[in-house]
Amino acid sequence: MAEIVIVGAGPAGISAAELLQAHGYHPILLDEGRQAGGQGYRCPSPGLELDMAALMGSEAGKYAGLHARFAALRPHIDYRPGSLVWGIEDKLLHIVQAGVARTLRFDVLILATGAMDRIVPLPGWTLPGVYTLGGAQVALKDQGCFIGRRVAFLGSSPLLALAASQYRRLGAEIAVIADTTPFARKLAALPGLLNSPRSLLRGLAYLGDAMRAGVPVLHGVRPVAVEGDGHVEALVLRDAQGRERRFACDAVALGYGLKPETQLAELAGAQLLYDERFRLWLPKTDIDGRAAPGLYLAGDGATIGGADAAEASGALAAHAVLADLRQSRPAAEAGGLRRRVTRLRAFQAGLARAFAWPVAQIRALPDDVPLCRCENVSVGEIRLAMAQELGPVEVNRVKAMTRCGMGRCQGRVCGPALQEIVAGERAIAGADAGRLRAQAPVKPIALATAAADAP
Amino acid sequence: MTRLSADVAIIGGGLIGAWSAYFLAKRNQRVVLIEKGVVGAQSSGTNFGNLRLQGRFPGQYPLSLRSQALWEEIEELIGERCEFEQTGHLYLAFDGTEHEKIEAYAAVSESHGLAIEHLGPTELRRRWPWLSHRVVGATFSARDATANPRLVTPAVARAAKSLGATMVENCRVTEIRQAGSAFTLRTDTGIEVGAGYVINAAGAWAVAIAEQFGESAPLFPAGPPQFVTEPFPYLIEPSIQAVDGSVIFRQIPRGNVILAGYPRTAADPAANRAPVPPGKTLSAMRALARVAPTLASCHVIRVWSGIEGYLPDMIPVIGPSGTTPGLFHAFGFCGHGFQIGPGVGLCLSEMILDGGTATPLDPFSIGRFAQPVEVSAKFSAEFDTMEPPR
Ligand SMILES: Cc1cc2nc3c(=O)[nH]c(=O)nc-3n(C[C@H](O)[C@H](O)[C@H](O)COP(=O)(O)OP(=O)(O)OC[C@H]3O[C@@H](n4cnc5c(N)ncnc54)[C@H](O)[C@@H]3O)c2cc1C
Ligand SMILES: Cc1cc2nc3c(=O)[nH]c(=O)nc-3n(C[C@H](O)[C@H](O)[C@H](O)COP(=O)(O)OP(=O)(O)OC[C@H]3O[C@@H](n4cnc5c(N)ncnc54)[C@H](O)[C@@H]3O)c2cc1C
Repeated sequence: MAEIVIVGAGPAGISAAELLQAHGYHPILLDEGRQAGGQGYRCPSPGLELDMAALMGSEAGKYAGLHARFAALRPHIDYRPGSLVWGIEDKLLHIVQAGVARTLRFDVLILATGAMDRIVPLPGWTLPGVYTLGGAQVALKDQGCFIGRRVAFLGSSPLLALAASQYRRLGAEIAVIADTTPFARKLAALPGLLNSPRSLLRGLAYLGDAMRAGVPVLHGVRPVAVEGDGHVEALVLRDAQGRERRFACDAVALGYGLKPETQLAELAGAQLLYDERFRLWLPKTDIDGRAAPGLYLAGDGATIGGADAAEASGALAAHAVLADLRQSRPAAEAGGLRRRVTRLRAFQAGLARAFAWPVAQIRALPDDVPLCRCENVSVGEIRLAMAQELGPVEVNRVKAMTRCGMGRCQGRVCGPALQEIVAGERAIAGADAGRLRAQAPVKPIALATAAADAP
Repeated sequence: MTRLSADVAIIGGGLIGAWSAYFLAKRNQRVVLIEKGVVGAQSSGTNFGNLRLQGRFPGQYPLSLRSQALWEEIEELIGERCEFEQTGHLYLAFDGTEHEKIEAYAAVSESHGLAIEHLGPTELRRRWPWLSHRVVGATFSARDATANPRLVTPAVARAAKSLGATMVENCRVTEIRQAGSAFTLRTDTGIEVGAGYVINAAGAWAVAIAEQFGESAPLFPAGPPQFVTEPFPYLIEPSIQAVDGSVIFRQIPRGNVILAGYPRTAADPAANRAPVPPGKTLSAMRALARVAPTLASCHVIRVWSGIEGYLPDMIPVIGPSGTTPGLFHAFGFCGHGFQIGPGVGLCLSEMILDGGTATPLDPFSIGRFAQPVEVSAKFSAEFDTMEPPR
């Protein structure tokens, strides 16, 4: 029987595993995390008492549902938590599991690796107390702690209001929810958002909650700085009317939408294409998730679609695998899944307009703002390097000259902003600024990683 | 169509091409350098950055020492330091046979006037207490150095440009014609260059140029894998090499440890790919943890390699063409061209302008491949199993 390996035990990976198991396969499901659920439905660390029903609010049912489904599925598949996939070589995965290096052969690979936050730097963002929105949620869901007692949420993302409401429900104070996209643009994006009225209403409900609770909710802001002496003390911004406003807080969560984790897909042979709507490089797949022979992509790691789309696209990828292995036509339910995925992803494209990636703000960042946290490279250093005689003109060369994107996170945090700065300096299209290439290890691995006996 | 005319046309904007342009422009030659990609992005920009003097091919010492003298004044020459640091180089032996090998290297180095310290276990422990206690002996050369390869070639090219050289990037030389004593270079962008002399400094792509003039060399493209860790408190000053080649490493002041290890992997110059097989990442990591156990908790964050031209006798081609007056070759640097780059550029400028150079370069003539050359012992030890081309 074909060896089917799924990477990522979020809604997409779990749904794919479920369907394959139901059709008589015994897939291997790998995830670097210790527990299944992925990002959106992350569950607390063992031993941690956390009121997940309160935390998940309207999504509590789905959260419980996914974990119940996984509990039922788990005995029937080969689930390997704590397994970081760090490289792919032909049909071989390179994995580190509990400090031991292993390899795993596969015939079919489904990558459901999810997404991470997209970040725009601002003055002061390297102060302790500034987190990514995802980091803020991980602290809450995984550890049951807040990033601060009084938290400011800044960026442009529907997850700002969501995370703020999770924080508020568990007792944190919210200093402000500040969105860089002007309100008029949100209205203009409305038609696209009607693709998923339920999600739209949910998003509005989060904002409504916050406003009723007296939390300032601002649109069309221009971030000025995070201030503080050794730690976050305030977020300063200009509101839509141009007034400078200062919000005292002890933590800031930053989020400008999500960015698919595409490194493994790239190593496995997927082609990446620049998407103008998201201003991101996205792997090329057909609607079912086929990226290359034997390679399937699902969930937010393929295209941002949210948790519901992740589930549907995971099932869809599994249908594609079954059809390809059996050389049969896809099952009847594939049609419905395709429509669902298409609709939900169209909704996300609408969101990308309603919560726009602030291109102009990024290009106008002051020179002294650190862009690459890992290697401590400022925006000005990028501009200076590019302005030199024979200076670099695309992101990989900029990285070589300035070290921006060379550090621990491998440009996963600074990459999107770097792309805009480079495009802005040269006045070229985003795509022409190039793409930071992925390479193994996709995440850092320890020298002491022990050798395993032959697998 | 643009037509440029020059005294000297240089094919390839690696370190060799850039230094040649610099020394020629400095002596008022009109130089046009043509690079198919961007300056310094191939081997010259991806190498380990070692400026090692110990353990070189004996016939290369005059060139190598001349080159080191240029490195030592890099800032005066080009106005940028490019992270040049004279940190020294330490060769490690883990058994008696290896010890004999490094002592033999040391004897050659010393015969060329290089000062070598011979270190036993006690002295090693005193100076580098974190080194594995399995090291039985070592040799240290203080004049060896390192520099940042990503910065050097563009900086040299900028200096050449400010002396008047013309740099043409994103332009590939496709064909060269010779009429009388003048060359015409055709390119894929339509630019044509007329020149009295041509330097073929096209790295791993150089044989295609040589073959247009009826000569060749059994060049094969490969690259050693390179790795870098996250920053670790600064500890390691010199560049350190286990003589068995399992690991070579150095630490930059920012704290990152850069490591490399043999065997080298075949590269693909047509697709422009130099893969690093994940298995090599693991074996180099383990080799480093054996030599420096204190680094065991460090994480490797990035890997890369490059496309370098190797020849079966593991020494480069440097000097005049055997078929065509006015044409000079400098390629096939077999993994050690960064150190001799400035010296090679200077010697090429002297060969063109003075009709010769005082630095002995006979072993490096392209003519040596008219007969079968002796295959270096490094072949079996330092490469993935592959047949040397003939
Ligand atoms: C930090 C964060 C928080 C979010 N919070 C919410 C929320 O509260 N509500 C909401 O509706 N949406 C949230 N989202 C959106 C989220 O992307 C989707 O809701 C949903 O989780 C997508 O499902 P997925 O299966 O595609 O990916 P995910 O759920 O992200 O699952 C991907 C899995 O792949 C694993 N993985 C990735 N790379 C590797 C590797 N190299 N080796 C091994 N395993 C790997 C990860 O550990 C992860 O478990 C969040 C996203 C992020 C990034
Ligand atoms: C990973 C690695 C580590 C190394 N470590 C060291 C070290 O520590 N110390 C050391 O001394 N040496 C080291 N080396 C070797 C050193 O990098 C090379 O010997 C040196 O850079 C060679 O320089 P070059 O100019 O000949 O080649 P390159 O840098 O390859 O330059 C040749 C240039 O020619 C261009 N070109 C080719 N064909 C054409 C054409 N038709 N038209 C126009 N342009 C063309 C190419 O694009 C290229 O830019 C290492 C090499 C590698 C790959």
